[in-house]
Amino acid sequence: MVRGYLKTVFVALLLSVSVGMQAQEDDHLSDHDTHITDAEDDGRVNTDDEIKSYIEHHLKDVHDFHLFSYTTDAGERAHVGFPLPVIVWTTEGLKAFMSSEFHHDDDASVLVQKGNVTLAKYHSRIYELDNGTTEIAFDEEHHPTNAHKVIDFSITKSVFGLLMIGVLLLLMFVGLAKQYKKRAIPKGFGRVLEPLVLYVRDEIARPNIGEEKHKKFMPYLLTVFFLIWIANLLGLTPFGFNITGQIAVTVCLALFTFFIVQFNGNKDYWKHIFWMPDVPVLMKIVLIPIELLGLFTKPFSLLIRLFANITAGHFVVMSLIALMITLKAQFGAVGSTGLSLFLTLFISVIEVLVAFLQAFIFTMLSALFIGMAVAEHDHPEHAHGEEDDVDEVRERFV
Amino acid sequence: MYNLIGAGLIVIGGGIGLGQIGGKAMEAIARQPEAAGKIQTAMIIIGALLEGLAFGALILGK
Repeated sequence: MVRGYLKTVFVALLLSVSVGMQAQEDDHLSDHDTHITDAEDDGRVNTDDEIKSYIEHHLKDVHDFHLFSYTTDAGERAHVGFPLPVIVWTTEGLKAFMSSEFHHDDDASVLVQKGNVTLAKYHSRIYELDNGTTEIAFDEEHHPTNAHKVIDFSITKSVFGLLMIGVLLLLMFVGLAKQYKKRAIPKGFGRVLEPLVLYVRDEIARPNIGEEKHKKFMPYLLTVFFLIWIANLLGLTPFGFNITGQIAVTVCLALFTFFIVQFNGNKDYWKHIFWMPDVPVLMKIVLIPIELLGLFTKPFSLLIRLFANITAGHFVVMSLIALMITLKAQFGAVGSTGLSLFLTLFISVIEVLVAFLQAFIFTMLSALFIGMAVAEHDHPEHAHGEEDDVDEVRERFV
Repeated sequence: MYNLIGAGLIVIGGGIGLGQIGGKAMEAIARQPEAAGKIQTAMIIIGALLEGLAFGALILGK
């Protein structure tokens, strides 16, 4: 048990030390940094357009871990955070370097030379410049004309967050699992986790999948539940993660559910899609495309719901925080900050609820879809006639 | 322009629907308080399905 705590403390220490170190390093680098932001006001966020682009930047996945920026006594901008590895597949093969080589640049003004390949970062995307060009050019829609995208395997902020959650989940649940070898009731933090695990089993898995089959799917359901929940909660911390607000993450999660449903679908499940029982033949044919479409809309709505909820939540929170800048002229510095903090506090409390609700909904609907695929239907059509069916239904309701 | 209007219409529909779900669930709970848990779960599921539709419209219509 003590070892478990030590591990946690060690990870926390490691994180804080690396943050601190990078802060120092960034001070040295800050003479490079001055040119990256708008020259007039040193990258401070003041106007509506700047607020909008700041929020849009936050909603995207980024290549470095940036906590905050401030102006030093010397009048230079210093950024606090730490770089993350950039791993890209270029025309010359795999290239890996730290994102600090971009010096927080995000509009392709800093070029990184790796062998014969020149790389630039523009709006969180890494581009490779065509041979012979030294500066990136854009067309009217801000698409680069003389550069192409590279395949990006970088450990971005979201990937880093996911790995962190993975480590966290391992620490939490391996510890909990080990305890059951020694005692029936867990001690310490395990007492918080056990009811949650039981909640997923008794409220989500059992009623939707069924008593006999739910055990097989519990690992997946528990994993998505805790992954989404912790990712959502992490998005509410000042670290500014936006993991479940990345469409790639939610697509991946929905694909897992999709494949689990398809691979575990029994004979009845496929029969209900391709040859719906108990309906006229003409209807059976009409229902095939509808059911096939339903196959894909289910995971699609799963991924859109999670993505849109978290994106909208972050957008609202950041917009309310931005009120302290936009309403400064009307209410004064103290009034606008007070109003903004007041509103942000309450919307944050709602977001804590949404964080749990979305994890619950995703797990619940996954369980529901799995349950629909594995359910054993007993069609009484062969046993007795349709009239018996009607009677049976009537009996049940009267 | 038209896609925005369409998205708005769908979101209005979603709002009406969510109101219906919430209202009916309240009535049901008032009528049968012992079934509150089950009603709540069903309400949340249907609410989530509806929300998915509305959000889908918002995202695709943007």
